[in-house]
Amino acid sequence: MTALPAPPPRSRLLPFLGQIALGIGTLAITLLGLLLITFIIARVVPTDPVLSIVGERATEAQMEAIRVKLGLDLPLWQQFFIYVRDALQGDLGTSIRTGQSVTAEIARYFPATLELATLGTIFGTLVGVPAGVLAATRPGSIADQIVRVVGLMGYSMPVFWLGLIGLLVFYGKLDWVSGPGRLDPTYDMMMQFTLTSYTGMILIDAALNGAWDVFANAISHIILPAGLLGYVSMAYISRMTRSFMMNELGQEYITTARVKGMPEWRVIWVHAMKNVLVPLITVIALSYAYLLEGSVLTETIFAWPGLGSYITDALFAADMPAVLGGTVVVGVVFVTLNMASDILYRLVDPRARA
Amino acid sequence: MSLLEVKNLRVTFDTETGPVQAVRGVSFSLGHERLGIVGESGSGKTMTGRAVLRLIRPPGRVDADVMTFDGQDLLNATEREMRALRGKRIGMVMQDPKYSLNPVMTVGRQLTEGLRLRDKLGRADATAKAIAALDAVQIRDPARVMEAYPHELSGGMGQRVMIAMMLIPEPDLLIADEPTSALDVTVQAEVLSILDGLVRDRGMGLIFISHDLRLVARFCDRVLVMHKGVVVEEVAAANLLEAKHPYTRGLLNCLPRIGGPRGPLPGLDRSGAWATEGAP
Ligand SMILES: Nc1ncnc2c1ncn2[C@@H]1O[C@H](COP(=O)(O)OP(=O)(O)O)[C@@H](O)[C@H]1O
Ligand SMILES: [Mg+2]
Repeated sequence: MTALPAPPPRSRLLPFLGQIALGIGTLAITLLGLLLITFIIARVVPTDPVLSIVGERATEAQMEAIRVKLGLDLPLWQQFFIYVRDALQGDLGTSIRTGQSVTAEIARYFPATLELATLGTIFGTLVGVPAGVLAATRPGSIADQIVRVVGLMGYSMPVFWLGLIGLLVFYGKLDWVSGPGRLDPTYDMMMQFTLTSYTGMILIDAALNGAWDVFANAISHIILPAGLLGYVSMAYISRMTRSFMMNELGQEYITTARVKGMPEWRVIWVHAMKNVLVPLITVIALSYAYLLEGSVLTETIFAWPGLGSYITDALFAADMPAVLGGTVVVGVVFVTLNMASDILYRLVDPRARA
Repeated sequence: MSLLEVKNLRVTFDTETGPVQAVRGVSFSLGHERLGIVGESGSGKTMTGRAVLRLIRPPGRVDADVMTFDGQDLLNATEREMRALRGKRIGMVMQDPKYSLNPVMTVGRQLTEGLRLRDKLGRADATAKAIAALDAVQIRDPARVMEAYPHELSGGMGQRVMIAMMLIPEPDLLIADEPTSALDVTVQAEVLSILDGLVRDRGMGLIFISHDLRLVARFCDRVLVMHKGVVVEEVAAANLLEAKHPYTRGLLNCLPRIGGPRGPLPGLDRSGAWATEGAP
């Protein structure tokens, strides 16, 4: 008998927790960097925050008073410290346009984006993964060709064009879905005045309130934009799934599973899929991040009051605190998703846990 | 009656540059005995073994005049009938456990899945059987190995797990395709003797594939010598030294070393007609 190899670690949990701690550390540093960048931009951009508050005709004394009030008389490092401290406490400053807290405004807009992007990613995954698997298991077949062409269209057709066509056909001609916005005005009033808001995501809030008529109306509004984003996401996910799956099906452990007499569904959906998941998690997270950050066009076409619209509107109004606040939130979302996918990745791949 | 009967087996790959014949008319029959297949790399040994299990994937295809296992026609068997044979009655140990074990499943799950899915055993029974199988391949700490992932095992341990996995359903025939070629020289002998002992004890048929003629002669009753997809000679292991074919004699004389350079064997006289026959 030979010596046994080094024992596998007694507990797999401990190193795993260490890695999560490391991840959180990285997250903190990344966010600090992001805040530093937005801080510098805010100081460099030639919009005078004092001027935009007091107006052109203020006296020198008035301006000085505001300057002190905003802390602009302090040294830069101190201003940055205050900026970070406020941001950590959830204070991203005051919108110049509306005079309201940027955090409170984003808390209203962001759930709309989150709801749309999440539903889009769920569509994209539920359709894209099986489509990719189907294509990978029958390369060159009609099914493979269809998946390829449909995916290619999702890649190459401009989103705004697809969105407009979708509205024209399904809303304008067929009247299968509702038009732009998150709710019809009546339901919108109901949502605002009679129902409790828990998350800001209408589907969830309506369900929690048991308001199924509101829920149904919200579905009829979100289905088209979410389907559109889902299509874009599906195009990417199906293509990547196909290539990952083809690669795994060529591996020797697949032959082993077949030698053992395992049925084909198990070979594909258990043996190969567990390995496909490792890179696929990153792909799905990337696609989710893309929908969360890059759905400005969709939000514009569908009059969707989300983060993309918020940042765009703020940009046109030169509302610097709002733009930078939105940017910080986008950054936080990206970094968080990155970390979540990293944790999931380690959960499905034992080799990454060592 | 013989266990496995193969007549005029051909494996063809339809490539863009035309068909490539990996196996060109191989015939043999096998009882509950031990048949060796030797030949240099690329001579079609692996394809012969996989053809028996009908595990050649497109663009490869298998034809034969006869291919039966225990009286059952393998050529016209449905995929369902083949699945009933695979694992249960014919097992296969492949070359490198680094690739032949699923990297993201624990050893335990891979060992028990056949028992649980096919034989419908409960978790506890399946685990007990798997642990017994690990014991049989002389793994000292089977409970711990059950929890391990393949990358946590050495090559020798991995190959023992593979052997245990294939022997759990007690097949009638085991195909061992270069089962030690990827292992360190120091553990090769151990793994071979474990394999040899188990196959002998259980009286199963064995097809032992290797590029090492002397090794094959030690473990087998009969040896098929393959070259470029055809059997050039079939000899009883005991009479190996009386082999007549120049290719066989060449294999005997130049003593290929495991882990040594692949490709044409040094000192092999390829001037005879056999060396070029059937070459593309
Ligand atoms: N996918 C394939 N396409 C074309 N030819 C192949 C393919 N797979 C194997 N072959 C051919 O089959 C021949 C025999 O391979 P193999 O049985 O693996 O040899 P051995 O196991 O004796 O080293 C190789 O020489 C190769 O040309
Ligand atoms: Mg081989």
